[in-house]
Amino acid sequence: MSSEVVEIPTELGPGQLVDMLRTMYLIRLFDERALALYREGAMRGTTHPYIGMEAVAVGACAALRPTDRITSTHRGHGHCLAKGGDPRLMMAELLGKATGYCKGKGGSMHIADVDAGILGANGIVGGGIGLATGAALASQLAGRDDVVLCFFGDGALNQGILHEAANLAAIWKLPVVYLCENNQYAMSARADRFTSVPDPSVRAAAYGFPGVSCDGMDPLAVYRAVREAVARARRGEGPSLVVAVTYRFLGHHVGDPLNYRDKAEVEQWRARDPIGRFEKVLLAHRLLTPERLEAVRADAERQIEEAVAFAKASPDPDPQTLWEDVYA
Amino acid sequence: MSQPTVEAASAVPAEARILTYAEALNEALRLEMRRDPRVFVMGEDVAVWGGGGVFGVTRGLLEEFGPQRVRDTPISEEAIAALAVGAAMAGMRPVAEFMYADFMTLAMEPIVNQAAKIRYMFGGKARVPVVFRAQEGAGRGNAAQHSQSLEAWFCHVPGLKVVTPSTPADAKGLLIAAIRDGNPVVFLEHKVLYTTKGPVPPGEYTVPLGVADCKREGRDVTCVGIHTMVHKALAAAEILAREGIELEVIDPRTLVPLDLDTIVASVRKTGRLIVTHEAVERAGFGAEIIAQVTSAAFDALDAPPVRVCGKNVPVPYSAPLEAAALPQVDDIVAAARKLVA
Repeated sequence: MSSEVVEIPTELGPGQLVDMLRTMYLIRLFDERALALYREGAMRGTTHPYIGMEAVAVGACAALRPTDRITSTHRGHGHCLAKGGDPRLMMAELLGKATGYCKGKGGSMHIADVDAGILGANGIVGGGIGLATGAALASQLAGRDDVVLCFFGDGALNQGILHEAANLAAIWKLPVVYLCENNQYAMSARADRFTSVPDPSVRAAAYGFPGVSCDGMDPLAVYRAVREAVARARRGEGPSLVVAVTYRFLGHHVGDPLNYRDKAEVEQWRARDPIGRFEKVLLAHRLLTPERLEAVRADAERQIEEAVAFAKASPDPDPQTLWEDVYA
Repeated sequence: MSQPTVEAASAVPAEARILTYAEALNEALRLEMRRDPRVFVMGEDVAVWGGGGVFGVTRGLLEEFGPQRVRDTPISEEAIAALAVGAAMAGMRPVAEFMYADFMTLAMEPIVNQAAKIRYMFGGKARVPVVFRAQEGAGRGNAAQHSQSLEAWFCHVPGLKVVTPSTPADAKGLLIAAIRDGNPVVFLEHKVLYTTKGPVPPGEYTVPLGVADCKREGRDVTCVGIHTMVHKALAAAEILAREGIELEVIDPRTLVPLDLDTIVASVRKTGRLIVTHEAVERAGFGAEIIAQVTSAAFDALDAPPVRVCGKNVPVPYSAPLEAAALPQVDDIVAAARKLVA
């Protein structure tokens, strides 16, 4: 990485910056553990690792306040942790346990904590876009200035709902921030094969609202871009599109054959690992010492181990709960 | 087709006024919007067009409640449904209108994958109190893309409730119940019924979801019908009565939840069952009713149950073709005669 001094936004205090790093560790470790649990047969279905993309969720959620809401995606563990999700309840859900966020009914792709403003991961590509826009409408109707941050991937750029929702959000000036995580691939499809423009942020112009791209490997760059978009939404000026340029270090999911991208490309992106970069920034600014950094990392490791232990010790759901909560 | 005149459904208080089905629905929306500030309506041409709604159901709401709560939308059915779901998750009580049920096919993702599943998928930690209103059915020469009856599609999705009112009084009480329900409710009106009239009690009342109504008692044949077919069954009952055949007409009013007990009790009395709906016969909800009745009361059946349903074709335009595609009074009469023969 370059030796230029990275400026840190002044409103981010040392405590918050260290928390951001801790959350990045948590996300990385959570998904590493999830993969291990999957491989040892403790987890069913599939899991979509967020590894490599930690800067996006952490930088974006740092620009939110607790009453703001998010919608997430199939690759949602990072969003959930960044918005304050409890790794124990998440891990228990991954193992399908009764103590999980969804009592074992949702699994990795449906983790939600509605009361905490996490309106759910989503198994449908683009499925959260309309929900986020509707939640923003609720915020406007209730006369609140809460904002909704809508995560979606580059694959969702070409779903029709984005067009419909973006237009509606624009004409109604809804407080929603569309955050596209351009991790370069929708399964095997490189973004430049299926998306008509190299920088999708230009699509915002079609709806008359701002669109910006930012370095999705840098939590502070994501933070700055989302902060502006959130401020605009809170002022009642309507939606924005932020495209975070990032990369998934691993496959689409655990079963990915990974025959569509070459190792050199992966290594180039891995050299920009967002965690290593952010560690260096914080060390350079003397916001923590190497010893403190290790302690923060060890703390995150302990949290994840606790989450795994909690999940493994938790009971399976009672089969009778099959019939519960189909209807309120 | 003839415009059916609606008989008094059940016990209706003396102060009931005669309203159209559309006026009754309008009254339900108005009362709920007055009662609960979380209720709002949105859809295509619900606010400005003709004072509110292509069929007048939302007439006058914009004047009373303003543009925040009575929202015209672009022609974006998927977004209408998805925004309603998101707003419901965030504490509102949206009533989303689709101008034609046919257009709901553009909105199946948020209705089927999101609204219906969110509560269950999230372990009961979310509520999605949203009403998806639309009108379906044929009889006005609207042809294949504006005349379908798609209720069975929604009945097939656990997590949705499905409501099909046939009278003004039921329409009002069912819509109020649907708005208050706390679950996603697909509320399917029928375009031909909008101008039909009947007595409607004033003020707030609910018709509970999951309670069928016996529209006419009879001892010989049970006829379960929805929407216009309730009225055609009543007309058939008049004809059959002159021949000494008594048709009992049951309107389930809601398909999910289904009041199977009332239907089975009727079949236990008559021993014969006709189900009738405009939706095409194949994989229609009538098959489900027959299956459930057969499982529950096979011993009570004196003859195989009969479906009098839409033909398995797209709804055609020309009047004689459309009439031939739809189940008619004579078809019910013929089916009943055959059953008692």
